[in-house]
Amino acid sequence: MAEQPPAAAWQQSIDLPSERGASRLVTDELLAQLGTHGWPSDEIFAIHLAAEEALVNAVVHGNRLDPAKRVRVECHVSPDIVRLEVTDEGEGFDPESVPDCTLEERLESPSGRGVMLMRSFMTRIEYNAKGNSVLLEKRRGEPPASEQAAGDQPG
Amino acid sequence: MATHQRIDVSKTGDVSVVRFQDAKILDEAAIQELGTELFALVELDNRKAILLDFDGVEFLSSAALGKLITFDRKVKTAKGRLKMCGIAPGILEVFQVTKLNKVFDIRSDVAEGLAAF
Repeated sequence: MAEQPPAAAWQQSIDLPSERGASRLVTDELLAQLGTHGWPSDEIFAIHLAAEEALVNAVVHGNRLDPAKRVRVECHVSPDIVRLEVTDEGEGFDPESVPDCTLEERLESPSGRGVMLMRSFMTRIEYNAKGNSVLLEKRRGEPPASEQAAGDQPG
Repeated sequence: MATHQRIDVSKTGDVSVVRFQDAKILDEAAIQELGTELFALVELDNRKAILLDFDGVEFLSSAALGKLITFDRKVKTAKGRLKMCGIAPGILEVFQVTKLNKVFDIRSDVAEGLAAF
């Protein structure tokens, strides 16, 4: 059986300004492409959520809305896999340092849920060593990164 | 009475039923406005029983969650009661993942929400 021709996938590099609302320059087209590639609505919701969190993190927390800095977004959408790589020009951060927002004492904190939502709604999420670039991946029908991590714990 | 851009407010008995104008609550400026309008219900209008009806809301970001948490806290501080209803499955999953379903009083629809006051 022939493999899916590369032309079936949508790939694009998008350069975003560090301003509020910039995420729509990615998400509008991303949502259209997910629909075109036949992704179901619940997984589109998940990808949209994760993309929004990653983009806002890059613009607001990474680049701190500095107009001299840009956010680079690499997008790949095919019928089976979605990959987004979001890179800012900020100093980076350690995603492990973000406190668990589901702890009793953190439950009512109004912030700090973005990374957790990305882990919970995408198949794979990886930061680079500096912490200024995140790779988000969704494979159709596969469980989220948070569940895999729980299942992969050594005995 | 304040003019609202982001919410519609109606009264059923003693309960203020609040609906959202936006299907997608993610624009940061809109979230700021939303927060201001919600907080005013408690801080300016002194409303004590509020039902947030999410019917028609398809999407919200973690920034919007933050506003809801702060709102919930303000209502509790004012010794009011806040309940939520009509939440779409995807958003309900967000509440469950973040365990906010333990913080918020969530009901299935407006009728059940009103009955819970």
